[in-house]
Amino acid sequence: MLITYIEAIRQAMDEELARDKNVLLMGEDVGVLGGAFKATAGLLEKYGADRVVDMPISESLIVGAGVGLAVQGMRPILEMQFIDFIACGFDQIVNSAATLRYRHGGQTACPIVVRGPSGGGVHGGLYHSQNPEAWFCHVPGLKVVAPATAYDAKGLLKSAIRDDDPVIYFEHKFLYRRIKEEIPAEEYLVPIGKAALRKEGRDLTVITYSAPVHAVMKAARDMAAEVDIEVIDLRTLLPIDWATVKASARKTGKVLIVHESRLNGGIGGEVAARIAQDCFEDLDGPVMRLGARDAHTPFAPAMEAYVLPNQEKITEAIRKLAAY
Amino acid sequence: MTEQKDRELYRWLRLIREFEGRISALDKQGKLMGGVYSGKGQEAVTVGFCHDLRWDDWIFPLHRDLGAYLVKGADPKRLMAQIFGKRDGFAKGKDSYLHGGDLANGIFGATSMLAATLPVAAGMAYKFKIRKEDRVAISFFGEGASSRGDVHEAMNFAGVHKLPVVFVCENNFYAYSTPNELQFGVDNVADRAAGYGFKGEVVNGNDLHDVMKAAGKAIDRARKGEGPTLVECKTYRYHGHSEHDRADYRSEEEVITWESRDPISLWEIYLEKRKYDIAAIRKETAEEVTRIVEEAVAFADGSPAPEGPEAMEDLYAMPIDTEAR
Repeated sequence: MLITYIEAIRQAMDEELARDKNVLLMGEDVGVLGGAFKATAGLLEKYGADRVVDMPISESLIVGAGVGLAVQGMRPILEMQFIDFIACGFDQIVNSAATLRYRHGGQTACPIVVRGPSGGGVHGGLYHSQNPEAWFCHVPGLKVVAPATAYDAKGLLKSAIRDDDPVIYFEHKFLYRRIKEEIPAEEYLVPIGKAALRKEGRDLTVITYSAPVHAVMKAARDMAAEVDIEVIDLRTLLPIDWATVKASARKTGKVLIVHESRLNGGIGGEVAARIAQDCFEDLDGPVMRLGARDAHTPFAPAMEAYVLPNQEKITEAIRKLAAY
Repeated sequence: MTEQKDRELYRWLRLIREFEGRISALDKQGKLMGGVYSGKGQEAVTVGFCHDLRWDDWIFPLHRDLGAYLVKGADPKRLMAQIFGKRDGFAKGKDSYLHGGDLANGIFGATSMLAATLPVAAGMAYKFKIRKEDRVAISFFGEGASSRGDVHEAMNFAGVHKLPVVFVCENNFYAYSTPNELQFGVDNVADRAAGYGFKGEVVNGNDLHDVMKAAGKAIDRARKGEGPTLVECKTYRYHGHSEHDRADYRSEEEVITWESRDPISLWEIYLEKRKYDIAAIRKETAEEVTRIVEEAVAFADGSPAPEGPEAMEDLYAMPIDTEAR
C-alpha cells in the first residue's frame, strides 16, 4: 500500500497497540485532538483513554511516568509534541531512563520509546526546528533512531516499541506528508542498529540519515555522469552500524557525511573520527562533513536556508570531495 | 476612575483586538509564516495588569499576550515587523511571534517551552529585592503551563524570599485541546499558592474592573516587600490554540456562552452606565486603532527581510572564531 511517512508512524503505533496490551501511548493532545500533526488520529477511539492518554504539559512527567510504567512491564510510547520540547524531559531521559537497567544491575529493562517531530525547513523558528539527536548519542543506555523513509519509519518504530531499552525516535516533520511510499501489506520490522545501503557506487560514499537522505539520493542521480556515488542511510545513530560504514569507506576511499543538525558536536564528527582511525590507509581524501551552520535554526526564510544544508550545498560538497 | 482613564483603557482593549484581528486576517491570506496565537477574548487580563505598571517594571508575557507588548510600550510598528519575521522586529527575523522581547521597554521574550519564563521572572525579582529597587516583575502563564515543574520551582523560590513578583495565570480552560480536568486535580490554580506561602486569588479575567483591582493589590504588595501573589484570571480564548487549530474539541454552546461575556462589551456597558457618549467614543476609537494598525502593517510589509548571513549574528556577545564551513 502507498502511504505517507506520518501514516507509517500512525500504523506502527496502531498495530503495536493492537498486538500487545502492554503498549500504551502518552503525550500532549494525543487523544481527542489526535496529535498536533494527527500522528495519533483515531487511536483514542480505538483503544480508549487508558491506553491513549492526554497528558498535562510536562515532558519531564511524561518521560518519568513512562519509566514507572516500564518497570511494571508496560511499553509506553511517549510523544513530545515538538521534539524541541524533549529538553524539558532531558533529565528523566538521561539520568532516569538511560541508567535504569545499569543502576539496578540488570534487574529491570526500560522499554520506552520517546518520539516526536524534529527538523527544520518549515520556517518553524528556534523552537520548532531542532535536530537534537547528538545530545542523546552521548548517553550510554539509550538507542537513537532517525528514519528517512515511510518503510523505515514504520519498521523502526515497531522495533523500537518491542525493544527492551529506551529508544529515542526522531521523526522528521518535513517528511510527514512530502514523501509517499509503497510498503508491504504484511507485517515487517526494520532492525535497530542496521544501516541501509541506498545506492551502490564506486567513487565516493555519502553517509547520511533522516531528511537529507532524499537530497543526497537526488544528487547521486543528478551527478551520475560525473561521479558514481554510494549512499548509506545510517537509520540508527546509536549504535551506529560501523561494519557497513567501514566497508563502504574502504571500498570508495572518500567519505562525505551529511546531516541536518549542526556540525559542532554532531554525529558527523564521531563517524569521521572512526573512519579516520580505522580506515586511514584506505582513504584517498579527508573525511568531510556537511551539516547546519553553527547557529540556531532561524525563522526568516533566507536565514533558515543559509543555516541548513540543501541540495546545492550537498552537490558542492560532493564535487569538492570528488575532485580531491 | 476618571473619564480619561476609562476611555484610555477602552482604547487599549480595542487596539489589541484590532491588532490581533488584522494578524489573523493576514494569516488567513497566507501572508504570514509560522504559528499565530490569538489572545482574542483575553484582552482584559493584559490591559488590567500592564496599564498601571511603571516603565522600569518588567513583564514576562506568554505566547498569547501580544496586547501586553502594546500596553507596556512596545512600538506597534516594530511589533508587527516581529510578527512578519522582518529585520525591524525585536528578533530581527531570527524567530517569530512573541519570541522576541523588547527589553528597552521591560518586555521579556518567551520561548516555546511554556512556563520557562517563571524562574527567570523570579530571578529578576530577586535582583530587585537585593538591590532594594522599587520594581516588580509580572509573570504571565497559562493554566496548561502550570503543570510544569518550572512553575513550582519559581513559586517556591519566590515564596522563600518574598520576591516582588506577581504570577498571573490566564486560565482559558484549554491547553491546546486538553481541558482542565485532564490538566490538574484542583479547582483553581490559585489554590496552590498556599503551598508556597503566599496569597492566591481567583478573578473574572473578562471583567477589567476585577482584574485591575486584583492587579493593583498584588503589585502594591510586591512593591511593599510583602512578597508574591498568584492571581488566576478565568477567561476564554475565542480562537483555537493557533490559527491552524479549528478547536472542534469545544462545544458551540460553550463558545457562545463566553462570547456573551466579552471583555470589550462588558467595558462598553460600563462606559454607558457612566453616561459617556459611547457612540462618539466608539467611532473615535475605531478610527484611531485602525490607523495605528494599518501604519504598523505598512511598516512591517516594507521592512527588509533579513538576508542569509545575518543568521550568524547575535549568537555571542563577542564574535568568536566561527570558521566558515
